[in-house]
Amino acid sequence: MSDSQWIWQCDHVIPSRPEASREVQDAILAQMERLNWGEHDVFGVRLALEEALINAIKHGNHYDPAKHVQIRCGISKDLVRVEIEDQGKGFDPAAVPDPTDPENLESPCGRGIMLMRSFMSRVEFNETGNRVILEKTMTPPEKESD
Amino acid sequence: MSAYRRLDVKEVGDVTVVNFRDQKIIEDLRIQELGQELFQLVEAEKRKKLVLNFATVDFLSSAALGKLITLDKKVKANNGVMKLCSIRPEIYEVFAITKLNRLFDIRRDEGDALAAF
Repeated sequence: MSDSQWIWQCDHVIPSRPEASREVQDAILAQMERLNWGEHDVFGVRLALEEALINAIKHGNHYDPAKHVQIRCGISKDLVRVEIEDQGKGFDPAAVPDPTDPENLESPCGRGIMLMRSFMSRVEFNETGNRVILEKTMTPPEKESD
Repeated sequence: MSAYRRLDVKEVGDVTVVNFRDQKIIEDLRIQELGQELFQLVEAEKRKKLVLNFATVDFLSSAALGKLITLDKKVKANNGVMKLCSIRPEIYEVFAITKLNRLFDIRRDEGDALAAF
């Protein structure tokens, strides 16, 4: 999508602290609400942002104050696109075990990526695994009210 | 004064009912604190029948799910029983996607949860 189609955009470089990421999350979610996105879509984007940003800050940058996370977001009338990039070594998303396998069901971690994929329309990592693109297409109103 | 910062704890007969003070269970330190308080109920106070009432909770992340899973293990190790209730639909979806609705006994509301013991 070309930049001109976005109604709202932001581009932030934040320190590796969860509270810094939440300010950006709140700004994105406030814009979705302002643009009349439904409650379920906003919940899904909130969850995906939380999981992706914690991954970047905790598992990517290891809370290193010398490292930063870049967050770029564009919102159109029917699409939210967020790109999150950390300065860590990256990882192989395909190597993350399926948390719903019976042997992993009681493991206390490993669910973030599955939740991102479930609630978003598209989740794509770069080859290194230190950048993720999250996209959410607006759910039609009749499905939102199901 | 309550001994808990993240929880409201009450007794209904021999069942301990826990409500959450945070609407959004996301912040790392708060999740750690929440976990410690929940574990204390089981490990130090030896409570065997627990209901976790999510009526006040409108958002939680996978880090919070991790604490619930660890709590469930501690409850079972203590020969206890835990039930969850009053989970809003979007959060229930999180439990269903991760298949944790199979691990946890989830009831519609507090009355149903209490009646299930």
